[in-house]
Amino acid sequence: MAEISIRNVTKSFQATSVLREVSLNIADGEFLTLLGPSGCGKSTLLRILAGLEVQTGGSVAIGERIVDGVRPKRRDVAMVFQSYALYPHMTVAQNMALPLRMRRLSSWQRLPLLGRFMPGTTATTAEIERDVTRTAKALGIGHLLARKPGQLSGGQRQRVAVGRAMVREPAVFLMDEPLSNLDAKLRVQMRAEIKELHNRLGVTFVYVTHDQAEAMTMSDRVAVMLDGELLQVAPPQQIYADPDDRRVAEFIGSPKINMLEGKVLEAGLANMAGAAFSVPVQVASGTTITIGIRPEAFHVVDSHGLNVLTGSVRMVEHMGSDLFVHLDVPGTDHPVIARLLAERAPQIVSGQTLHLGVKPERLLLFSADGRRLRPEDHAGATVLRMKEHVQ
Amino acid sequence: MSTPHSQGLSAPSAVMRHCVLLITGALILVPFVWMVSLSIKPPGEIFRASFSFWPQQFYGIENYTRALTEAPLPQYMLNGVFVCTMIVVLQIAVCAPAAYALAKLDFPGKNLLFAMVLIALILPHEVLSLPLFILGYQIGILNTYAALILPFVVSPFGIFLFRQFFKTIPDDVIHAARLDGLSELAIVWRIMVPMALPAIIAFAIFSVVSHWNSLFWPLIAVRDQSLMPPPLGIMAFKNEEAGNDYGPLMAASTIVVAPLIIAFLSAQRWFVEGLTGGAVK
Ligand SMILES: Nc1ncnc2c1ncn2[C@@H]1O[C@H](COP(=O)(O)OP(=O)(O)OP(=O)(O)O)[C@@H](O)[C@H]1O
Ligand SMILES: [Mg+2]
Repeated sequence: MAEISIRNVTKSFQATSVLREVSLNIADGEFLTLLGPSGCGKSTLLRILAGLEVQTGGSVAIGERIVDGVRPKRRDVAMVFQSYALYPHMTVAQNMALPLRMRRLSSWQRLPLLGRFMPGTTATTAEIERDVTRTAKALGIGHLLARKPGQLSGGQRQRVAVGRAMVREPAVFLMDEPLSNLDAKLRVQMRAEIKELHNRLGVTFVYVTHDQAEAMTMSDRVAVMLDGELLQVAPPQQIYADPDDRRVAEFIGSPKINMLEGKVLEAGLANMAGAAFSVPVQVASGTTITIGIRPEAFHVVDSHGLNVLTGSVRMVEHMGSDLFVHLDVPGTDHPVIARLLAERAPQIVSGQTLHLGVKPERLLLFSADGRRLRPEDHAGATVLRMKEHVQ
Repeated sequence: MSTPHSQGLSAPSAVMRHCVLLITGALILVPFVWMVSLSIKPPGEIFRASFSFWPQQFYGIENYTRALTEAPLPQYMLNGVFVCTMIVVLQIAVCAPAAYALAKLDFPGKNLLFAMVLIALILPHEVLSLPLFILGYQIGILNTYAALILPFVVSPFGIFLFRQFFKTIPDDVIHAARLDGLSELAIVWRIMVPMALPAIIAFAIFSVVSHWNSLFWPLIAVRDQSLMPPPLGIMAFKNEEAGNDYGPLMAASTIVVAPLIIAFLSAQRWFVEGLTGGAVK
């Protein structure tokens, strides 16, 4: 049993504050991904969970136990590092055996020469060797056990690093961007393997990445982090389709979501980029709001009207099954990007005028300070909802 | 060492380079060759005006026998081996943990401590000989092995060198070791030291050579012949054998430097391998 509960954890290095009041509950056996841009504090949070760094404030519990001040080796967590951090002077087998030797052998039994003659050493060593071999076979590195890390490829090193963490059978796996040093093809393959590993072991995984594809494909839940704050914690589909915050919507999705600024004209209607949009939220007229539209939410319509953007096509990118259309809409500073199915879209050429419609339920509305406005809400209720998610 | 293909250098510059190397090598070798040559010559030939490497009359057996029998040269050598081994082992035992703390741990006063190491690095050891002598007298270790060993155990150079090397080892490796259950001392001995092996070997060679050859401090610290390291022994030998009987003296000197040269030549291959082969990535 290893649920993790993080309560109001803060961390600062001298004057700079890196984590601000991070609170998060992770269920036993869950695959949770910490997603955020470089430098937002993901690794710092992971190191605090592992006990390698001490938080400035707040507390962390693993299982039933508060682990603040508990040494890393007593926390029953294993970590895979971004740089793999293998011991270069030891063979793969020795690398993987070290955590077991430190746990199963007494310090007398570990003595270089004498240890062999201590009672029980031979039996335990044989057992360790068996466990290492079994784990190595499961990861497909059984034939590499006698090599040193310097003689391995990046993908093989990555497997050894996973193996070293796995062989201990920890209650919690922490992974810090384990795939970021691999090439694109291997990354896709390892993504599936790690997911499968999680299914097989059934233990809690906390996985750090700045790659949204990894986060979306592997996780039970994604925690989006920005500047040391958790913005939203939710399953991947919900993070994408129902973001709580403008920054979350902008961070997730490629190409990026289109953001249009405008003013509410009257109840339920807003004007932006020369078009009228139905906005089913209760805000006072004259309020500035932002509408977010995912590129694939657009469809081509015949004429201008409600919920329709009109502009001239700047560029068309053919991606095989999809078309990316860049549209210059008067009154916006960036071109609007639409993703259209190639077979449904008529022949579109640059320079022509195009009308793109959106279903009102696919509009994502944000208030001026970036909070999400939901149809049934009036500004203010969102805050409560966000709190619920985080707790 | 000449490579068959001269790495893109034109012939004249390759010739130049080899000339310079040969001349430098010769300058360094000449005194040694002379020493060996003198050690196999009879007294009459040593001061002859003409120089030849081979003596007309081979006198090596006599010179070497006298060197080995008239003074307790084997005893001096054993003293040297014991003292140098103890110094190196203790130096590494002290310097590695100290360097690890300075390189990788965070504690108040760290920078001040490191500054003090740097200051100690600047001071020549001779400056400290008088205080050390008085200290040795006070605690009563003068004229013992301890007097030869203890003053060198804390080596600022060793701490500095190891610290610089340990700093290049990524923090993640230490983090991984902590998670794997190693204590801080185990991290030093099982992770840091093996990873810094080239630096350790370089330091050990440096330390052994300088202490094997050191004369100044042993001259102050010990009077008993049975404790003397080789250079001091040779000096005592020379005083006893007063006069111009240089043959046995040179034979003794040859015997004294031989272990260093043999050790260096046999370690050389390993040393070069350590510098190039252990790369992390
Ligand atoms: N020991 C330290 N001293 C001072 N600042 C630090 C220290 N460690 C991390 N930081 C700062 O904390 C911030 C977060 O660092 P962290 O390593 O957690 O980022 P990250 O989200 O893991 O980024 P990346 O994706 O690049 O790995 C960074 O701005 C970094 O400069
Ligand atoms: Mg990081």
